[in-house]
Amino acid sequence: MDGSAAPKDAGQARRRVESAVVRFAGDSGDGMQITGGQFTLATALAGNDLATFPDFPAEIRAPAGTTFGVSAFQINFGAREVKTSGDELDVLVAMNPAALKVNLDDINPGGLIVVDTGSFNDKNLRKAGYESNPLGGKDLAAFRVLPIDMSRLTLEAVKDLGLSKKDALRCKNMWALGLIFWMFGRDREVAINWLSAKFAKRPEVAQANVAALNAGHAFGETAELPDDVSSYLVPPADIAPGLYRNVSGTEAMAWGLVAGAQFAGLDLNFCSYPITPASQVLHILSGLKDFGVLTFQAEDEIAAICAAIGASYAGNMGVTSSSGPGIALKTEALGLAITAELPLVVINSQRAGPSTGMPTKTEQSDLYQAVFGRNGDSPIVVLAARSPSDCFEVAIESVRLATKYMTPVMVLSDGYIANASEPWIIPDVDFLPRFPAPFRTDPKNFTPFQRDPATLARPWAVPGTPGLEHRIGGLEKADGSGHVSYDPANHQQMTDLRTKKIAGIAGDLPEQTIELGEAGGRLVVVGWGSTYGPISRAVGNLLAQGYQVAHVHLRHISPLPANLEKLLGGFEQILVPEMNNGQLLTILRNNFLLPAKGLNKVTGKPFMIAEIERAIRDQLESGQ
Amino acid sequence: MNIASPPQGLTAKDYASDQEVRWCPGCGDYAILKAVQKTLAELRAVPEQTVFVSGIGCAARFPYYLATYGFHTIHGRAPAIATGIKLAKPELDVWVVSGDGDALSIGGNHLLHLLRRNIDLQFLLFNNEIYGLTKGQYSPTSRAGTRSPSTPLGSLDAPLSAALLALGAGGRFVARGVDTAQKLLPEILKRAHAHRGTSFVEILQNCIVYNDNVFGHITDREVAADAQIHLQHGEPLVFGKDRHKGLRLKPGSLRLEAVTLGENGVSAADLLVHDETSRPLAGLLAAMEPPALPVALGVLYCEPAPSYDQQVHDQMRSAQPNGRNRDLNGLLRRGHTWTVGG
Repeated sequence: MDGSAAPKDAGQARRRVESAVVRFAGDSGDGMQITGGQFTLATALAGNDLATFPDFPAEIRAPAGTTFGVSAFQINFGAREVKTSGDELDVLVAMNPAALKVNLDDINPGGLIVVDTGSFNDKNLRKAGYESNPLGGKDLAAFRVLPIDMSRLTLEAVKDLGLSKKDALRCKNMWALGLIFWMFGRDREVAINWLSAKFAKRPEVAQANVAALNAGHAFGETAELPDDVSSYLVPPADIAPGLYRNVSGTEAMAWGLVAGAQFAGLDLNFCSYPITPASQVLHILSGLKDFGVLTFQAEDEIAAICAAIGASYAGNMGVTSSSGPGIALKTEALGLAITAELPLVVINSQRAGPSTGMPTKTEQSDLYQAVFGRNGDSPIVVLAARSPSDCFEVAIESVRLATKYMTPVMVLSDGYIANASEPWIIPDVDFLPRFPAPFRTDPKNFTPFQRDPATLARPWAVPGTPGLEHRIGGLEKADGSGHVSYDPANHQQMTDLRTKKIAGIAGDLPEQTIELGEAGGRLVVVGWGSTYGPISRAVGNLLAQGYQVAHVHLRHISPLPANLEKLLGGFEQILVPEMNNGQLLTILRNNFLLPAKGLNKVTGKPFMIAEIERAIRDQLESGQ
Repeated sequence: MNIASPPQGLTAKDYASDQEVRWCPGCGDYAILKAVQKTLAELRAVPEQTVFVSGIGCAARFPYYLATYGFHTIHGRAPAIATGIKLAKPELDVWVVSGDGDALSIGGNHLLHLLRRNIDLQFLLFNNEIYGLTKGQYSPTSRAGTRSPSTPLGSLDAPLSAALLALGAGGRFVARGVDTAQKLLPEILKRAHAHRGTSFVEILQNCIVYNDNVFGHITDREVAADAQIHLQHGEPLVFGKDRHKGLRLKPGSLRLEAVTLGENGVSAADLLVHDETSRPLAGLLAAMEPPALPVALGVLYCEPAPSYDQQVHDQMRSAQPNGRNRDLNGLLRRGHTWTVGG
């Protein structure tokens, strides 16, 4: 089939574009995640920078053809550094009417819609809630539409391979992938190898998928496409040399925990209860028993954190993981780890709340919960990851701080970071610092609450150590001896010590730096967590246009970096974009009495770059 | 592994910590503490390898009074924390001390799963059928009609049987003792300690302040012999002052009945023999209540099965046939990678 006709674009140059945003959307059963994953690999190999985001339905097996059963995968790739998965779509591949309907609002005016007309039958239109066929209608007038009967063309491409019609039609995602491969000049080899390996036990299925992929590609090369549909060239990005892989936030978090525990010389005990979108960390770690990772699926969220506390009490690195509602359940036990002063890492993959909220949608609204959400004066360390790959470093840092200061550390991730992926220059861990956990073994003059004068940490004295037998618990303890104490002055002293210990960690943190822009300008945008990408791009764009703006992004939220007050105080205005109603904003104002302003969004979707740009411009123009 | 040699010549007193015991004078907990300290001495327990974990309640103060490692945690969660300890360091000898409110009310879920998983530890449930620490409200084991500050007209909800719950949850060792039975209790505790898996011991305990004498109809000297049956594996189920009473299956049904030897033609051959490996029998024994039937004391059920903690570590070892993988760089490079030239 290849070479049967001269490629249409053989003589004409591909249209050169700096970046493109493509979303593959179809029914849950249409294989859109696999399609997107394969396009991502091919795109990385072509040298583009990229960022991806999958959008799964909340329903496990939603009825086929319905809008709530639509599964999508988005990729933004470009010749320059890519910082988000993209504001608006340049290309939507819609495998059925429902996929068209739910994604229509996200397409750039003038964007390209590739649809499988074979699925636009009465039944599917009705399921999607269309009263009439939208193809050719006014709803699509603003876009370029490429209607192709992919279903029929797929059946034709695989007809000689003896598959049932159902199995044959399941290859149509590869047909679509082939066409998009052609459109962006992607190499098919890796996808073909992947298909051959995946279906090694069913070679006819492998052949059919490859045939569909090739057919879609050939269609692009040979078919008489409308004049406004062409092929594109996205030149390679200027990417730092090195060995890369694609990594999701979940993977980076899991691997960072393994690395952190190894650097501390500890066995990792990961105790969790399944909850969206945090469960994947448990899945990954449960497959790493060869690394000595012990995972425990507890009976509930409370048992999960309690088992992690038990593990830390016994001298291992106890870690638990959840999302907002589950973190709420862990709250009382977190207080125990605070007062018993035991190391503990709590991962919170935030989702839209309150209560059950929108489990599959992202939000950053657990910052108050992380910093304040406990009874008593009960400070802990709070860290936030900014991107999928950043989870690796943040997870390591959480183990370092938890063990050095004998404290719980909460790591904030979110549904976006957990599921999104990006290329990652793989670190050589041999060059990362080690921080062996300091166990107490010397019984001489031992008491469980004597403190290291520098860190204020108490000794980690674990069962099995002769001569260190002691009793501790959730009741207030006498400073030093650890005996139960109701003495008023002692409670004041212990409360002050717990507060000072956490506050003092600020001296152990790197100075807060400015990501983009210069100190002392007109406006600084302060962010935390997954808003990193859109803030960074927005500030970068405005800097290029001559605006005096800067971007500061926080990893350490409790305690805040020691130089942050001075740094922020040097700007005329402070803007804090958050996917909540102003939580970091409260903390910054409270700590520094600075007149910061919020930009707040809680739609379950990440910020768009344009939204942040607009807010920055508005604030600069309003001048206050 | 970090197993020290057993200490020589430690006495019960050596297992007492330097802390002043602060239960109400006359509390049944004193007797249990004494029995546990005696048991530890008889077991020659290694103090640094021994951990007592508790939740909240009067009983939960227990760890403070022992010269071992102790962790007084939060309400109802001791089984979960003990599970974490045991998973982390299976070589530790872990005891959980709990009460009827802590174990069966707020912590019921954790107890259920502890038993189901068969974590290798001893679980002591001090059952006084009342909330002591919060000043006398009724508990999940209080008999219906119990008048308390929160149920002035009498409680309405049916009480829970701790031993039946343990059996239903899949417990492999279920025993029952009485706080003041100082000969019997250490024997039960030693059996519990010898059993690999969760050893569930319900201890009927008198709360002298809020529920005094609630077990008087079982434990008072003049009625005890007829109101209790002390189980011995392989021995006939005999009780009574003159050991003239026994238990048999009521003919034609799956119910126990108390019979008197020599009456109505009943002979020793008619009596049931205690088989502690029989779960159905354990269920019948656990449910017995005076006045129709005596309360079963001793080991009701003991049928070992692999513990979860042991199996977890077996699985871990089989996943590391060549020792632990420490190749983090290899881990990060699993799957598809590519090189950007430079």
